[in-house]
Amino acid sequence: MKIIVNGEDRQAPPGITVAAYVATLGFDPETVVVELDGQILGRFEYDERRLAEGAELELIRFVGGG
Amino acid sequence: MLTIAGKTFSSRLFTGTGKFSSPQVMREALERSGSEMVTVALRRVDLADPADDIMRVLDRERFFFLPNTAGARNHKEAVRLARLARASGGGDWVKLEVTPDPRTLLPDPVDTLLATEELVKEGFVVLPYINADPILALRLQEAGAAAVMPLAAPIGTNRGLVTRYQIEIIIQQATVPVVVDAGLGAPSHAAQAMEMGADAVLVNTAIAVAGDPVAMADAFRQAVIAGRLAFKAGLGRVSDQAAASSPSSGLEFIR
Amino acid sequence: MADFSLPGFTELIRRAARPGKTEVLAALAAERLDLEGLAALLSPAAEEFLPQMASRSRRITGQRFGRVIQIYAPLYLSNYCANRCLYCGFSAENRIRRRCLTLEEVDAEAQALIDRGIRHLLLVSGEAPQVLGVDYLAQVARRLAGRFDSLSIEVQPLGDDDYLRLFAAGITSVAVYQETYDPELYRRLHLAGPKMDYAYRLATPGRAAAAGMREVGIGALLGLNDWRAEGLALGAHLAWLRRRFWRTGLTVSFPRIRPASGGFKALTPVSEQNLAQLIFALRLFDHDVGLLLSTREEPRFRNGMLGLGPTRYSAGSCTAPGGYAEEGLGDEQFAVDDHRSVAEVCAAIHEQGLDPVRKDWDRCLQAG
Repeated sequence: MKIIVNGEDRQAPPGITVAAYVATLGFDPETVVVELDGQILGRFEYDERRLAEGAELELIRFVGGG
Repeated sequence: MLTIAGKTFSSRLFTGTGKFSSPQVMREALERSGSEMVTVALRRVDLADPADDIMRVLDRERFFFLPNTAGARNHKEAVRLARLARASGGGDWVKLEVTPDPRTLLPDPVDTLLATEELVKEGFVVLPYINADPILALRLQEAGAAAVMPLAAPIGTNRGLVTRYQIEIIIQQATVPVVVDAGLGAPSHAAQAMEMGADAVLVNTAIAVAGDPVAMADAFRQAVIAGRLAFKAGLGRVSDQAAASSPSSGLEFIR
Repeated sequence: MADFSLPGFTELIRRAARPGKTEVLAALAAERLDLEGLAALLSPAAEEFLPQMASRSRRITGQRFGRVIQIYAPLYLSNYCANRCLYCGFSAENRIRRRCLTLEEVDAEAQALIDRGIRHLLLVSGEAPQVLGVDYLAQVARRLAGRFDSLSIEVQPLGDDDYLRLFAAGITSVAVYQETYDPELYRRLHLAGPKMDYAYRLATPGRAAAAGMREVGIGALLGLNDWRAEGLALGAHLAWLRRRFWRTGLTVSFPRIRPASGGFKALTPVSEQNLAQLIFALRLFDHDVGLLLSTREEPRFRNGMLGLGPTRYSAGSCTAPGGYAEEGLGDEQFAVDDHRSVAEVCAAIHEQGLDPVRKDWDRCLQAG
């Protein structure tokens, strides 16, 4: 199915959890904040929430800044 | 010791983590700076480069992370970034930056106040980055800001204490710590800000883009200590000027 | 922020006595003074530097306020008083003729002052809430607000809501003098009545400022106690009010004990020299504070001090209720020492190259 990750179109297996999908991208879910369809997810939700067709995912983390 | 919102810091030099040539140089410079509080920004991850992670470079036991809302152009974006920072395990602290003008990156006073009110309500410890506007500083203090961070000069300009007189007023009036932020281009600028009675300074560009960032970090460390010492010692309090000038009395009317 | 509190008075006395010449010179050289610097300028060691202090005070005052002196006059509403205060002519046990002006009498007094050119009025009374309460003050304020440019009160300490009400009725500033910042002496001087409550009085300037008053005045009655320590306490009180109520203008008064009914003599006489030092020290400590010099002082001293620090002079004052429009119906609080008319005081101010200003704010411009 098609989803949108950080503005890019991506493919993902239907019904995959947020935690599993983030891991497939090579990220440690512990260091990434996830916003799913405009809602910030708590850490505990990563294993519960599943992605649906057209889901919009924002993956955010700390970077250098002043 | 500096205390902000109940947390104490023995270093009065805060450092930014942007613009360094490499994570290794950054780490070494920040360690040499003696800083205990570093600012970090929030961005979308680079999907092509999962390893690019500041969290792996900096020891969070040693450095307190102060997430900023850099990039926010209005209060809504700033509040969203603050919430994201909190969700990322960054704690409740946030350096509030609202900068609608991409050219100067000067902060928007109105939206900064609005965002402060909202974030304080949500339980954040808010440190707003502001132009050196004394009344705005007072309004933010009343709104519950934990500190105020007036700029010395527009960010990245290295011009030093362009806003000196305004910052003096802010320091005189403030009941929360005053952290001079942005525009401090040389250790002498940082020392001057500390001599004036600033509670701390935040330096990023001047260290990150120096020829030798690690040595420059050390220079800022020493300058901040020297400036603070001078302030505590009572700068300008020792002089024989007053005795030398002998005004004609004009007080003969007193009986 | 915590309530205002002071170190013990003996500690204040010690701090204002201790500084030496080095500390005084340092304070004179400093751009901004902290309380330590103020203590140095109040100390005996600063006495030989009075000309230097005067010269700095003159420069700061000119820079901050310009070459103007604000003019005001008191209007005594009532001399009834429930307090027994050893130093005051209105003290409850003093056998004086008491009266509280009717609203019509207030009108007549006000008109007499308007005719003399007064636009800034200070309403004064003893403390007798049964006779003169907030209702009465609000009525007076509403009657006079349109006819004066600013109305101040120097009456009993009031509650938060009272100040809000009076502000809405047209009162824009409140003066409450602590008399002495020494709680122990305060207790011995105030024998009966609501004024016995030192702490309530001390918190009153803050309450008035919190209610939105444009200006709040504090002061100490000079001659009761060590004036240097009182000056240090005034400085601390000012600094606290500034931090907490940055929207409120602040003033300090320097009443020296004058002969009054009851025959009270100053316990620790304060000379003109001392008074001048206190005024200069506070000016150097707080560049923005309004400093009042009333008709308690002689014309010679008031003329000499013009431009050196004080920013506000009362003129043509009468301290007996009803004394402007008619004579001899109520007794005065204290004897004034400057009997010149408003016009004469203004002329003296002009002569010093200063401009007497009758108002500095139009209440009609105020929102809410």
